[in-house]
Amino acid sequence: MISRRDFLKYTVKGAAGLAVPLAAIEIVNPKKILADSQGIGKTRWVFLVDTYKCVGCGFCVKACKIENEIPYDANVTRTWVERYVNTKDGRLFADTPKGARDGFTTNKIDLGLGKFQDVKNEDIRRSFFVPKLCNQCENPPCVQVCPVGATYQTPDGVVLVDRTWCIGCGYCIMGCPYGVRFFHPKYHTAEKCNFCYHRISKGLKTACVQACPFGARMIGNIKDPNDPVTKIVTTERVGILKSEYGTKPQVYYIGLDEEVR
Amino acid sequence: MVHGEIWTLKELFVLPNEYIYWSIQIVMYPFMTGLVAGAFVLSSLYHVFGIKELKDIARFALVFSFALLFAAPMPIVLHLQHPFRGINVMMTPHFTSAIAAFGIVFFSYGAIVASELWFLYRKHFVESALALREKQDKSLYENILYLVFCALTLGVTDISQEALHKDEKAIKTLAGIGIPVACFLHGYAGFIFGSVKANALWMTPLMPVIFIMSAVVSGIALCMLTYIITMELRKFLMGIKKAHAVGFQTKEDLKSVEINVIRMTAKYLLFFLIAAISLELLDLIFRGYTAVKSWDVLRSVIYGRDFAAIFLFQYGLGNAVPFILFLLPGLTLRRAVVGVLLVLFGVFMMRYNVVIGGQAFSLTFMGYMHYELPIIPHDWETLKEGLFGALGIFVMPFVLFWVLSHIFPIFNYEESH
Ligand code: SF4
Ligand code: SF4
Repeated sequence: MISRRDFLKYTVKGAAGLAVPLAAIEIVNPKKILADSQGIGKTRWVFLVDTYKCVGCGFCVKACKIENEIPYDANVTRTWVERYVNTKDGRLFADTPKGARDGFTTNKIDLGLGKFQDVKNEDIRRSFFVPKLCNQCENPPCVQVCPVGATYQTPDGVVLVDRTWCIGCGYCIMGCPYGVRFFHPKYHTAEKCNFCYHRISKGLKTACVQACPFGARMIGNIKDPNDPVTKIVTTERVGILKSEYGTKPQVYYIGLDEEVR
Repeated sequence: MVHGEIWTLKELFVLPNEYIYWSIQIVMYPFMTGLVAGAFVLSSLYHVFGIKELKDIARFALVFSFALLFAAPMPIVLHLQHPFRGINVMMTPHFTSAIAAFGIVFFSYGAIVASELWFLYRKHFVESALALREKQDKSLYENILYLVFCALTLGVTDISQEALHKDEKAIKTLAGIGIPVACFLHGYAGFIFGSVKANALWMTPLMPVIFIMSAVVSGIALCMLTYIITMELRKFLMGIKKAHAVGFQTKEDLKSVEINVIRMTAKYLLFFLIAAISLELLDLIFRGYTAVKSWDVLRSVIYGRDFAAIFLFQYGLGNAVPFILFLLPGLTLRRAVVGVLLVLFGVFMMRYNVVIGGQAFSLTFMGYMHYELPIIPHDWETLKEGLFGALGIFVMPFVLFWVLSHIFPIFNYEESH
């Protein structure tokens, strides 16, 4: 006859014994070993935009189009710059003609359909520029909705598209809350900013970062505490776009405003 | 030209990459799957719930559902930028995506409909095959038919009373399983839209249910329409060759059968129509009442730019008018035809207003996109994603139905089921 005390003892022992193999599996997680041996897990690419420094010259857009072979005159772009103008009578204007590829050179706001609104300098209360690009979201809806897995996230946090596998359904374009995706005019597959993955993985900066004459754009590794970007993101007040979607975007902004969409 | 640019007009602040990427074929997709599901549910009303009055239209609806089934994935194929890679969905399905399950849901549903059809027509296959075998001097067409029927029997020639009774049971079971699967097939099309959190108009958990209800409405309407058309044709043919009047029917018989079936079916149509409208209105009221951030732009689209499409065409012409037409006592055939045509139009407009309306405003909530359906095609893209592509998809099931009706006789088929 087994006493209640013994029964408890055995139960605890049994449970502990069962738990050991589970723990062992956890210890030899092959994915983790592979990641550690390749330095994966030590990098998480993030981007930092200082909107105070941006003057809307559009050099980044030009550089990106050339670097990433997006047909120069096609009306799509991996990165773009938006202009926001508040007037003294309380109106808000915003535009991004041709993604600001040619910069903002006039006071005329593009209203679409070939119409423009001229805003006089003395009527402007404030105005600023906001560069945009893929947020390489930590929780990317574009990856979630791709039916064939052609869009995927790399271990260092960048979301890529496999041009040989994408069926061109456009679900990811619909799923991205930031409107950064489009169909490549030549390959007819989903296309978007990938932080110039071919460059950053070789230790280079992205084309846009390199092209910006004012240092408004920076790329860095948030897992490296000594990275200048990490320092700013962790010690200063920075914002992200559309946090309400739960996508955990990884492009940080200095000087973000409520009016930025 | 960038994909989408040709039919998108941008107004005010729209992001540079925003276009109407999901165009007319994505309107056709839920419209067609809706018809499939609806037709099936209609046929199951008889087989499962034993609603006797629907017997005549039930078999008809099942064959039609099968014809529609082949047409349902076509819009997607025409929509894809890489149609030949469509098979990738089966090879590497990525199950976090709502579209990934399409192949599985679609094929399991297809299997159910096909096997139900088989049980329903097994006796006919066997009899036809035997009759053709007996026949001397077969023509080429008859030879082909003979082979087809032989193949269709799948080698089972037992048509004893007992075996047929078992068939009946199988049909009932399949029809029973089929209802949830048909609803799933379509509810899941609703989920594809409802789960897009980036789209302020689409994102609502009600979307799948709304889709199912309107699907059943449209399926019933289309079955009624096709039923009336074929009945009229038969009457017409009968008028020509009076001598050949087959079976129990005379012109008058047909007429009374027809109007009774239509009146009965119209009741079910009304029921589902009420459910569909209530859900849609609930969604609309809820959005207005909670008025979250996106409501300003949504309101300007719903009550402003798309007012005519939503309130005049969809709710007015497509819902309210047929509602009254069916409710007025003494439903006549002519009125039924007008009614079902309007209902079909209304459901189509609902799909249109969801798919295109969901892309009528920018992610910035500060701009609009206007869709211009390409009518005269001038390249492959404007053909397949234009008026003619959509029409082609719509005509397809009717052609298939005509072909199928040679193998699955829809009338003059005496059967106990
Ligand atoms: S910004 Fe858009 S495309 Fe980029 S990772 Fe996030 S959801 Fe995907
Ligand atoms: S367009 Fe391509 S990458 Fe985007 S969801 Fe479809 S298959 Fe995936």
